[in-house]
Amino acid sequence: MKTAIDVQDLVVARGGKEVLHGLCARVPHGGITGLLGPSGSGKTTLMRSIVGVQRVKSGRVTVLGEAAGTPSLRRKVGYFTQSPSVYTDMTVRENVRYFASFYGLGAAAADETIKEVGLQEQAGQIVRTLSGGQHNRASLACALVSRPELLILDEPTVGLDPVLREELWAHFRQLAADGATLVVSSHVMDEANRCDRLILIREGAVVADDTPDAIKKQAGTDDLDRAFLTLVQEKAEVA
Amino acid sequence: MSPRLTLSTTARVLGQLRHDRRSVGLLIGAPLLLLTLIYFMFEKNGATLDRVLLIMLGVFPFLLMFLVTSIAMLRERTSGTLERLFTTPLGKLDLLFAYGLAFGLAATVQAIVATTVAYWLLDLDTAGNGALVVLIAVGNALLGVGLGLLCSAFARTEFQAVQFLPIVVLPQILLSGLFVPRAEMAGWLEGVSTAMPLAHGVEALQQVGASVDATADLWRGYGVVMGCVVLALVLAASTLRRRTA
Repeated sequence: MKTAIDVQDLVVARGGKEVLHGLCARVPHGGITGLLGPSGSGKTTLMRSIVGVQRVKSGRVTVLGEAAGTPSLRRKVGYFTQSPSVYTDMTVRENVRYFASFYGLGAAAADETIKEVGLQEQAGQIVRTLSGGQHNRASLACALVSRPELLILDEPTVGLDPVLREELWAHFRQLAADGATLVVSSHVMDEANRCDRLILIREGAVVADDTPDAIKKQAGTDDLDRAFLTLVQEKAEVA
Repeated sequence: MSPRLTLSTTARVLGQLRHDRRSVGLLIGAPLLLLTLIYFMFEKNGATLDRVLLIMLGVFPFLLMFLVTSIAMLRERTSGTLERLFTTPLGKLDLLFAYGLAFGLAATVQAIVATTVAYWLLDLDTAGNGALVVLIAVGNALLGVGLGLLCSAFARTEFQAVQFLPIVVLPQILLSGLFVPRAEMAGWLEGVSTAMPLAHGVEALQQVGASVDATADLWRGYGVVMGCVVLALVLAASTLRRRTA
Protein backbone atom coordinates (compact mmCIF):
# COMPACT_ATOMS: atom_id res chain seq x y z
CA MET A 1 0.00 0.00 0.00
CA LYS A 2 1.40 3.38 -1.01
CA THR A 3 1.80 5.95 1.74
CA ALA A 4 0.44 9.47 1.35
CA ILE A 5 1.50 10.85 4.71
CA ASP A 6 4.12 9.51 7.06
CA VAL A 7 4.50 11.14 10.46
CA GLN A 8 7.40 10.06 12.63
CA ASP A 9 8.11 11.04 16.24
CA LEU A 10 6.45 14.40 15.77
CA VAL A 11 6.87 16.75 18.72
CA VAL A 12 5.07 20.10 18.61
CA ALA A 13 4.69 22.72 21.30
CA ARG A 14 2.16 25.52 21.09
CA GLY A 15 1.97 28.38 23.53
CA GLY A 16 4.73 26.85 25.69
CA LYS A 17 2.84 23.57 26.06
CA GLU A 18 3.73 20.35 24.30
CA VAL A 19 0.73 19.33 22.19
CA LEU A 20 2.09 16.37 20.24
CA HIS A 21 4.49 14.08 22.08
CA GLY A 22 6.40 12.04 19.51
CA LEU A 23 3.35 11.17 17.45
CA CYS A 24 3.66 8.51 14.74
CA ALA A 25 1.00 7.93 12.10
CA ARG A 26 0.66 6.81 8.52
CA VAL A 27 -2.04 7.68 6.02
CA PRO A 28 -2.34 5.37 3.01
CA HIS A 29 -2.69 6.73 -0.50
CA GLY A 30 -6.31 7.00 -1.63
CA GLY A 31 -9.51 6.81 0.37
CA ILE A 32 -10.73 8.78 3.36
CA THR A 33 -8.81 8.72 6.62
CA GLY A 34 -10.65 10.08 9.63
CA LEU A 35 -8.68 11.90 12.29
CA LEU A 36 -10.69 11.63 15.45
CA GLY A 37 -10.25 12.75 18.98
CA PRO A 38 -11.68 15.07 21.58
CA SER A 39 -11.22 18.80 21.23
CA GLY A 40 -7.72 19.79 22.29
CA SER A 41 -6.25 16.41 21.41
CA GLY A 42 -3.95 17.83 18.74
CA LYS A 43 -5.92 17.20 15.54
CA THR A 44 -5.50 20.71 14.15
CA THR A 45 -1.83 20.84 15.15
CA LEU A 46 -1.20 17.57 13.31
CA MET A 47 -3.02 18.88 10.22
CA ARG A 48 -1.07 22.15 10.31
CA SER A 49 2.15 20.13 10.48
CA ILE A 50 1.06 18.13 7.44
CA VAL A 51 0.39 21.24 5.34
CA GLY A 52 3.65 22.79 6.55
CA VAL A 53 2.52 25.87 8.45
CA GLN A 54 3.23 24.51 11.93
CA ARG A 55 6.58 25.11 13.56
CA VAL A 56 7.68 21.71 14.81
CA LYS A 57 10.14 20.91 17.57
CA SER A 58 11.35 17.58 16.25
CA GLY A 59 10.25 14.63 14.17
CA ARG A 60 9.57 14.14 10.51
CA VAL A 61 6.47 14.62 8.36
CA THR A 62 6.64 13.23 4.82
CA VAL A 63 3.81 14.11 2.45
CA LEU A 64 3.51 12.45 -0.97
CA GLY A 65 7.17 11.49 -0.72
CA GLU A 66 8.49 14.93 0.19
CA ALA A 67 9.12 16.80 3.42
CA ALA A 68 5.99 18.67 4.56
CA GLY A 69 6.07 22.31 3.49
CA THR A 70 8.14 21.68 0.34
CA PRO A 71 7.07 24.29 -2.27
CA SER A 72 6.12 21.67 -4.88
CA LEU A 73 3.58 20.22 -2.43
CA ARG A 74 1.60 23.45 -2.43
CA ARG A 75 0.17 22.50 -5.84
CA LYS A 76 -0.88 19.05 -4.66
CA VAL A 77 -2.31 19.66 -1.21
CA GLY A 78 -5.58 21.44 -0.39
CA TYR A 79 -6.22 22.70 3.12
CA PHE A 80 -9.51 23.58 4.74
CA THR A 81 -9.05 25.34 8.08
CA GLN A 82 -11.35 24.80 10.99
CA SER A 83 -12.52 28.39 11.17
CA PRO A 84 -13.51 29.35 7.63
CA SER A 85 -10.75 31.48 6.14
CA VAL A 86 -12.02 33.32 3.10
CA TYR A 87 -12.25 37.02 2.34
CA THR A 88 -15.51 38.03 3.99
CA ASP A 89 -15.66 41.33 2.08
CA MET A 90 -15.74 39.63 -1.32
CA THR A 91 -18.35 37.47 -3.03
CA VAL A 92 -18.23 33.68 -3.03
CA ARG A 93 -17.38 33.70 -6.73
CA GLU A 94 -14.53 36.21 -6.30
CA ASN A 95 -13.05 34.11 -3.49
CA VAL A 96 -13.16 30.82 -5.35
CA ARG A 97 -11.86 32.40 -8.57
CA TYR A 98 -8.97 33.94 -6.65
CA PHE A 99 -7.94 30.59 -5.20
CA ALA A 100 -8.45 28.95 -8.62
CA SER A 101 -6.05 31.48 -10.16
CA PHE A 102 -3.14 30.06 -8.12
CA TYR A 103 -3.37 26.86 -10.14
CA GLY A 104 -3.92 28.49 -13.53
CA LEU A 105 -7.61 27.58 -13.39
CA GLY A 106 -10.27 29.86 -14.76
CA ALA A 107 -13.84 30.91 -14.05
CA ALA A 108 -15.32 27.62 -15.27
CA ALA A 109 -13.48 25.54 -12.67
CA ALA A 110 -14.51 27.99 -9.94
CA ASP A 111 -18.18 27.95 -10.94
CA GLU A 112 -18.15 24.15 -11.10
CA THR A 113 -16.78 23.91 -7.54
CA ILE A 114 -19.29 26.45 -6.25
CA LYS A 115 -22.02 24.23 -7.63
CA GLU A 116 -20.50 21.18 -5.96
CA VAL A 117 -20.72 22.75 -2.51
CA GLY A 118 -24.27 23.89 -3.26
CA LEU A 119 -23.64 27.64 -3.28
CA GLN A 120 -24.62 28.48 -6.87
CA GLU A 121 -27.46 30.69 -5.67
CA GLN A 122 -25.16 32.58 -3.30
CA ALA A 123 -22.27 32.87 -5.77
CA GLY A 124 -22.70 36.63 -6.17
CA GLN A 125 -23.24 37.25 -2.47
CA ILE A 126 -20.67 38.89 -0.18
CA VAL A 127 -19.39 36.17 2.17
CA ARG A 128 -20.02 38.31 5.27
CA THR A 129 -23.77 38.15 4.57
CA LEU A 130 -23.90 34.34 4.35
CA SER A 131 -25.05 32.00 7.10
CA GLY A 132 -22.42 30.12 9.11
CA GLY A 133 -22.86 26.93 7.14
CA GLN A 134 -22.71 28.74 3.81
CA HIS A 135 -19.60 30.62 4.92
CA ASN A 136 -18.04 27.27 5.75
CA ARG A 137 -18.87 25.87 2.33
CA ALA A 138 -17.44 28.93 0.59
CA SER A 139 -14.19 28.19 2.39
CA LEU A 140 -14.42 24.52 1.45
CA ALA A 141 -14.90 25.44 -2.21
CA CYS A 142 -11.58 27.32 -2.11
CA ALA A 143 -9.83 24.15 -0.92
CA LEU A 144 -11.55 21.90 -3.46
CA VAL A 145 -11.20 24.07 -6.55
CA SER A 146 -7.68 22.92 -7.47
CA ARG A 147 -8.67 19.19 -7.34
CA PRO A 148 -5.72 18.47 -5.07
CA GLU A 149 -4.18 15.03 -4.81
CA LEU A 150 -4.34 15.32 -1.02
CA LEU A 151 -7.07 17.14 0.86
CA ILE A 152 -6.66 18.07 4.51
CA LEU A 153 -10.07 19.00 5.88
CA ASP A 154 -10.27 20.22 9.46
CA GLU A 155 -13.82 19.63 10.72
CA PRO A 156 -15.50 20.42 7.39
CA THR A 157 -19.03 19.47 8.43
CA VAL A 158 -19.31 21.41 11.69
CA GLY A 159 -22.50 23.43 11.86
CA LEU A 160 -24.06 21.84 8.78
CA ASP A 161 -27.54 20.35 8.73
CA PRO A 162 -27.87 16.57 8.21
CA VAL A 163 -28.91 16.92 4.56
CA LEU A 164 -25.88 19.00 3.66
CA ARG A 165 -23.60 16.83 5.70
CA GLU A 166 -24.83 13.81 3.75
CA GLU A 167 -24.25 15.63 0.46
CA LEU A 168 -20.73 16.67 1.40
CA TRP A 169 -19.79 13.17 2.50
CA ALA A 170 -21.12 11.83 -0.81
CA HIS A 171 -18.91 14.42 -2.48
CA PHE A 172 -15.86 13.39 -0.43
CA ARG A 173 -16.58 9.78 -1.43
CA GLN A 174 -16.64 10.84 -5.07
CA LEU A 175 -13.30 12.65 -4.73
CA ALA A 176 -11.78 9.56 -3.13
CA ALA A 177 -13.23 7.40 -5.90
CA ASP A 178 -11.54 9.73 -8.40
CA GLY A 179 -8.22 8.98 -6.75
CA ALA A 180 -7.76 11.72 -4.15
CA THR A 181 -6.56 11.10 -0.62
CA LEU A 182 -8.65 12.81 2.06
CA VAL A 183 -7.85 13.37 5.69
CA VAL A 184 -10.94 14.56 7.54
CA SER A 185 -10.92 15.53 11.19
CA SER A 186 -13.98 15.34 13.33
CA HIS A 187 -14.98 14.84 16.90
CA VAL A 188 -18.29 13.30 15.86
CA MET A 189 -18.01 9.51 15.97
CA ASP A 190 -20.98 9.12 13.65
CA GLU A 191 -18.77 10.50 10.86
CA ALA A 192 -16.00 8.06 11.71
CA ASN A 193 -18.06 5.20 10.32
CA ARG A 194 -17.90 6.79 6.89
CA CYS A 195 -14.10 6.67 6.76
CA ASP A 196 -11.94 3.95 5.26
CA ARG A 197 -9.41 4.26 8.03
CA LEU A 198 -9.35 5.95 11.38
CA ILE A 199 -6.63 7.52 13.43
CA LEU A 200 -7.83 8.09 16.97
CA ILE A 201 -5.75 10.53 18.91
CA ARG A 202 -5.95 11.71 22.46
CA GLU A 203 -3.68 14.12 24.32
CA GLY A 204 -1.24 14.27 21.45
CA ALA A 205 -0.71 10.54 20.99
CA VAL A 206 -2.27 7.92 18.72
CA VAL A 207 -4.71 5.62 20.51
CA ALA A 208 -5.66 3.54 17.49
CA ASP A 209 -4.88 3.47 13.77
CA ASP A 210 -6.94 0.99 11.78
CA THR A 211 -10.15 0.49 9.80
CA PRO A 212 -13.40 1.30 11.66
CA ASP A 213 -14.35 -2.37 11.67
CA ALA A 214 -11.01 -3.53 13.05
CA ILE A 215 -11.16 -0.90 15.77
CA LYS A 216 -14.65 -2.00 16.78
CA LYS A 217 -13.57 -5.64 16.75
CA GLN A 218 -10.49 -4.89 18.82
CA ALA A 219 -12.61 -3.16 21.43
CA GLY A 220 -15.32 -5.82 21.24
CA THR A 221 -18.17 -3.43 20.52
CA ASP A 222 -20.25 -2.23 17.58
CA ASP A 223 -20.31 1.32 18.79
CA LEU A 224 -17.31 3.51 17.84
CA ASP A 225 -17.90 5.88 20.75
CA ARG A 226 -17.66 2.94 23.14
CA ALA A 227 -14.71 1.49 21.24
CA PHE A 228 -12.84 4.77 21.60
CA LEU A 229 -13.46 4.82 25.35
CA THR A 230 -12.40 1.19 25.73
CA LEU A 231 -9.17 1.75 23.82
CA VAL A 232 -8.34 4.84 25.84
CA GLN A 233 -8.86 2.92 29.07
CA GLU A 234 -6.75 -0.02 27.87
CA LYS A 235 -3.98 2.36 26.93
CA ALA A 236 -4.17 4.02 30.35
CA GLU A 237 -3.90 0.61 32.08
CA VAL A 238 -0.87 -0.38 30.04
CA ALA A 239 0.84 2.89 30.91
CA MET B 1 7.93 35.16 -7.84
CA SER B 2 5.23 34.71 -10.46
CA PRO B 3 3.82 37.72 -12.33
CA ARG B 4 0.53 35.88 -12.85
CA LEU B 5 0.01 35.25 -9.13
CA THR B 6 1.13 38.77 -8.25
CA LEU B 7 -1.39 40.25 -10.66
CA SER B 8 -4.27 38.03 -9.60
CA THR B 9 -3.57 39.02 -5.99
CA THR B 10 -3.39 42.70 -6.98
CA ALA B 11 -6.81 42.30 -8.59
CA ARG B 12 -8.11 40.63 -5.44
CA VAL B 13 -6.90 43.47 -3.17
CA LEU B 14 -8.39 46.07 -5.53
CA GLY B 15 -11.61 44.03 -5.61
CA GLN B 16 -11.83 44.20 -1.84
CA LEU B 17 -11.28 47.94 -2.02
CA ARG B 18 -14.01 48.23 -4.67
CA HIS B 19 -16.50 46.56 -2.33
CA ASP B 20 -15.59 49.03 0.40
CA ARG B 21 -16.89 52.32 -1.00
CA ARG B 22 -16.62 54.13 2.31
CA SER B 23 -12.90 53.43 2.62
CA VAL B 24 -12.32 54.61 -0.94
CA GLY B 25 -14.25 57.79 -0.17
CA LEU B 26 -12.19 58.42 2.95
CA LEU B 27 -8.93 57.63 1.17
CA ILE B 28 -9.65 60.22 -1.51
CA GLY B 29 -11.64 62.69 0.59
CA ALA B 30 -9.58 62.93 3.78
CA PRO B 31 -6.48 64.51 2.17
CA LEU B 32 -8.69 67.05 0.36
CA LEU B 33 -10.34 68.04 3.61
CA LEU B 34 -6.99 68.43 5.38
CA LEU B 35 -5.41 70.35 2.48
CA THR B 36 -8.37 72.75 2.55
CA LEU B 37 -7.85 73.20 6.27
CA ILE B 38 -4.21 74.08 5.62
CA TYR B 39 -5.30 76.54 2.94
CA PHE B 40 -7.38 78.51 5.42
CA MET B 41 -4.66 78.29 8.10
CA PHE B 42 -2.06 79.95 5.87
CA GLU B 43 -4.35 81.91 3.55
CA LYS B 44 -2.66 85.21 4.38
CA ASN B 45 0.89 83.92 3.88
CA GLY B 46 1.36 82.72 0.30
CA ALA B 47 4.97 81.49 0.58
CA THR B 48 4.29 79.39 3.69
CA LEU B 49 1.07 78.07 2.15
CA ASP B 50 2.95 76.83 -0.91
CA ARG B 51 5.63 75.22 1.21
CA VAL B 52 3.23 73.44 3.59
CA LEU B 53 0.76 72.36 0.88
CA LEU B 54 3.57 70.88 -1.16
CA ILE B 55 5.01 68.93 1.77
CA MET B 56 1.58 67.71 2.87
CA LEU B 57 0.86 66.43 -0.64
CA GLY B 58 3.71 64.02 0.05
CA VAL B 59 3.02 63.33 3.72
CA PHE B 60 -0.68 62.37 3.55
CA PRO B 61 -0.23 59.49 1.09
CA PHE B 62 2.60 58.15 3.26
CA LEU B 63 0.56 58.35 6.46
CA LEU B 64 -2.71 57.00 5.04
CA MET B 65 -1.16 54.15 3.10
CA PHE B 66 0.89 53.07 6.12
CA LEU B 67 -2.29 52.81 8.16
CA VAL B 68 -4.37 51.12 5.48
CA THR B 69 -1.71 48.55 4.61
CA SER B 70 -0.77 47.55 8.13
CA ILE B 71 -4.43 46.96 8.98
CA ALA B 72 -5.13 45.15 5.69
CA MET B 73 -2.17 42.82 6.22
CA LEU B 74 -3.12 42.21 9.81
CA ARG B 75 -6.65 41.35 8.78
CA GLU B 76 -5.14 38.83 6.40
CA ARG B 77 -3.27 37.31 9.32
CA THR B 78 -6.08 37.28 11.91
CA SER B 79 -8.72 35.98 9.49
CA GLY B 80 -6.60 32.91 8.76
CA THR B 81 -6.39 33.73 5.06
CA LEU B 82 -2.64 34.42 5.34
CA GLU B 83 -1.97 30.94 6.71
CA ARG B 84 -4.15 29.51 3.99
CA LEU B 85 -2.30 31.45 1.27
CA PHE B 86 0.92 29.95 2.63
CA THR B 87 -0.37 26.48 1.73
CA THR B 88 -0.88 27.56 -1.90
CA PRO B 89 1.70 28.23 -4.64
CA LEU B 90 1.49 31.99 -3.90
CA GLY B 91 4.93 33.31 -2.90
CA LYS B 92 5.59 35.78 -0.10
CA LEU B 93 6.98 38.34 -2.53
CA ASP B 94 3.96 37.82 -4.82
CA LEU B 95 1.71 38.74 -1.93
CA LEU B 96 3.74 41.74 -0.77
CA PHE B 97 4.32 43.19 -4.23
CA ALA B 98 0.63 42.69 -4.98
CA TYR B 99 -0.20 44.84 -1.97
CA GLY B 100 2.33 47.39 -3.17
CA LEU B 101 0.83 47.44 -6.67
CA ALA B 102 -2.79 47.60 -5.52
CA PHE B 103 -2.30 50.33 -2.96
CA GLY B 104 0.17 52.10 -5.27
CA LEU B 105 -2.60 52.29 -7.85
CA ALA B 106 -5.04 53.59 -5.24
CA ALA B 107 -2.41 56.11 -4.16
CA THR B 108 -1.97 57.29 -7.75
CA VAL B 109 -5.67 58.14 -7.98
CA GLN B 110 -5.47 59.81 -4.59
CA ALA B 111 -2.39 61.84 -5.54
CA ILE B 112 -3.84 62.98 -8.88
CA VAL B 113 -7.04 64.19 -7.24
CA ALA B 114 -5.24 65.88 -4.32
CA THR B 115 -2.61 67.54 -6.52
CA THR B 116 -5.20 68.76 -9.03
CA VAL B 117 -7.28 70.27 -6.24
CA ALA B 118 -4.18 71.85 -4.67
CA TYR B 119 -3.16 73.58 -7.93
CA TRP B 120 -6.62 74.63 -9.14
CA LEU B 121 -8.58 75.41 -6.00
CA LEU B 122 -6.00 76.00 -3.28
CA ASP B 123 -3.66 78.29 -5.29
CA LEU B 124 -0.62 76.02 -5.01
CA ASP B 125 2.24 77.47 -7.01
CA THR B 126 5.41 75.55 -7.86
CA ALA B 127 8.27 76.34 -10.25
CA GLY B 128 8.35 72.75 -11.47
CA ASN B 129 5.77 70.49 -13.09
CA GLY B 130 2.76 69.19 -11.10
CA ALA B 131 3.16 65.73 -12.66
CA LEU B 132 6.41 65.40 -10.69
CA VAL B 133 4.46 66.14 -7.50
CA VAL B 134 2.14 63.23 -8.29
CA LEU B 135 5.09 60.94 -9.06
CA ILE B 136 6.82 61.74 -5.77
CA ALA B 137 3.58 61.54 -3.78
CA VAL B 138 2.99 58.01 -5.14
CA GLY B 139 6.58 57.11 -4.19
CA ASN B 140 5.88 58.29 -0.65
CA ALA B 141 2.62 56.31 -0.61
CA LEU B 142 4.56 53.19 -1.62
CA LEU B 143 6.98 53.92 1.20
CA GLY B 144 3.98 53.89 3.56
CA VAL B 145 2.85 50.58 2.03
CA GLY B 146 6.30 49.01 2.39
CA LEU B 147 6.81 50.12 5.99
CA GLY B 148 3.22 49.17 6.83
CA LEU B 149 3.75 45.64 5.53
CA LEU B 150 7.07 45.38 7.35
CA CYS B 151 5.60 46.57 10.66
CA SER B 152 2.56 44.33 10.42
CA ALA B 153 4.93 41.37 10.41
CA PHE B 154 5.84 42.35 13.97
CA ALA B 155 2.28 42.88 15.15
CA ARG B 156 0.01 40.06 16.26
CA THR B 157 -3.07 42.21 16.83
CA GLU B 158 -4.61 45.41 15.47
CA PHE B 159 -3.87 46.93 18.84
CA GLN B 160 -0.14 46.38 18.37
CA ALA B 161 -0.26 47.44 14.73
CA VAL B 162 -1.57 50.94 15.40
CA GLN B 163 1.18 51.47 18.00
CA PHE B 164 3.69 51.48 15.16
CA LEU B 165 2.20 54.72 13.89
CA PRO B 166 3.70 56.96 16.62
CA ILE B 167 6.99 55.05 16.48
CA VAL B 168 7.58 54.69 12.75
CA VAL B 169 5.50 57.39 11.10
CA LEU B 170 5.42 60.43 13.39
CA PRO B 171 9.20 60.88 13.81
CA GLN B 172 9.57 60.83 10.04
CA ILE B 173 6.97 63.57 9.67
CA LEU B 174 8.48 65.66 12.50
CA LEU B 175 11.97 65.48 11.01
CA SER B 176 10.93 65.72 7.36
CA GLY B 177 11.51 69.47 7.18
CA LEU B 178 7.87 70.37 7.64
CA PHE B 179 8.36 72.20 10.94
CA VAL B 180 12.03 73.12 10.78
CA PRO B 181 14.04 73.12 7.55
CA ARG B 182 16.48 70.23 7.78
CA ALA B 183 19.48 72.49 7.12
CA GLU B 184 18.65 74.46 10.30
CA MET B 185 18.54 71.38 12.53
CA ALA B 186 21.34 70.54 15.00
CA GLY B 187 23.98 68.43 13.25
CA TRP B 188 23.01 65.13 14.92
CA LEU B 189 19.32 65.75 14.32
CA GLU B 190 19.94 66.43 10.67
CA GLY B 191 21.86 63.16 10.59
CA VAL B 192 18.88 61.35 12.08
CA SER B 193 16.54 62.93 9.56
CA THR B 194 18.83 61.87 6.71
CA ALA B 195 18.36 58.30 7.89
CA MET B 196 14.58 58.71 7.56
CA PRO B 197 13.32 57.80 4.09
CA LEU B 198 10.39 60.25 4.12
CA ALA B 199 12.76 63.22 4.47
CA HIS B 200 14.16 62.39 1.03
CA GLY B 201 10.68 62.33 -0.49
CA VAL B 202 9.95 65.74 1.04
CA GLU B 203 13.32 67.01 -0.23
CA ALA B 204 12.36 65.91 -3.75
CA LEU B 205 9.03 67.75 -3.46
CA GLN B 206 10.79 70.91 -2.36
CA GLN B 207 12.97 70.66 -5.45
CA VAL B 208 9.80 70.71 -7.58
CA GLY B 209 8.73 73.81 -5.68
CA ALA B 210 12.01 75.64 -6.29
CA SER B 211 13.22 74.63 -9.77
CA VAL B 212 11.59 74.73 -13.17
CA ASP B 213 13.40 71.62 -14.34
CA ALA B 214 13.72 68.32 -12.52
CA THR B 215 17.02 68.59 -10.63
CA ALA B 216 19.53 65.88 -9.81
CA ASP B 217 18.63 66.34 -6.14
CA LEU B 218 15.01 65.60 -6.98
CA TRP B 219 15.88 62.28 -8.65
CA ARG B 220 18.28 61.41 -5.85
CA GLY B 221 15.53 61.94 -3.23
CA TYR B 222 13.03 59.98 -5.29
CA GLY B 223 15.59 57.23 -5.83
CA VAL B 224 16.27 56.93 -2.08
CA VAL B 225 12.52 56.61 -1.42
CA MET B 226 12.03 53.93 -4.08
CA GLY B 227 15.12 52.06 -2.89
CA CYS B 228 13.67 52.05 0.63
CA VAL B 229 10.36 50.74 -0.75
CA VAL B 230 12.06 47.72 -2.32
CA LEU B 231 14.18 47.21 0.80
CA ALA B 232 11.10 47.34 3.05
CA LEU B 233 9.22 44.83 0.86
CA VAL B 234 12.13 42.40 0.78
CA LEU B 235 12.62 42.75 4.55
CA ALA B 236 8.90 42.23 5.05
CA ALA B 237 9.07 39.05 2.99
CA SER B 238 11.99 37.75 5.02
CA THR B 239 10.23 38.42 8.33
CA LEU B 240 6.98 36.79 7.18
CA ARG B 241 6.95 33.22 8.45
CA ARG B 242 5.17 30.39 6.72
CA ARG B 243 5.48 28.26 9.81
CA THR B 244 4.14 29.67 13.04
CA ALA B 245 3.93 28.26 16.55
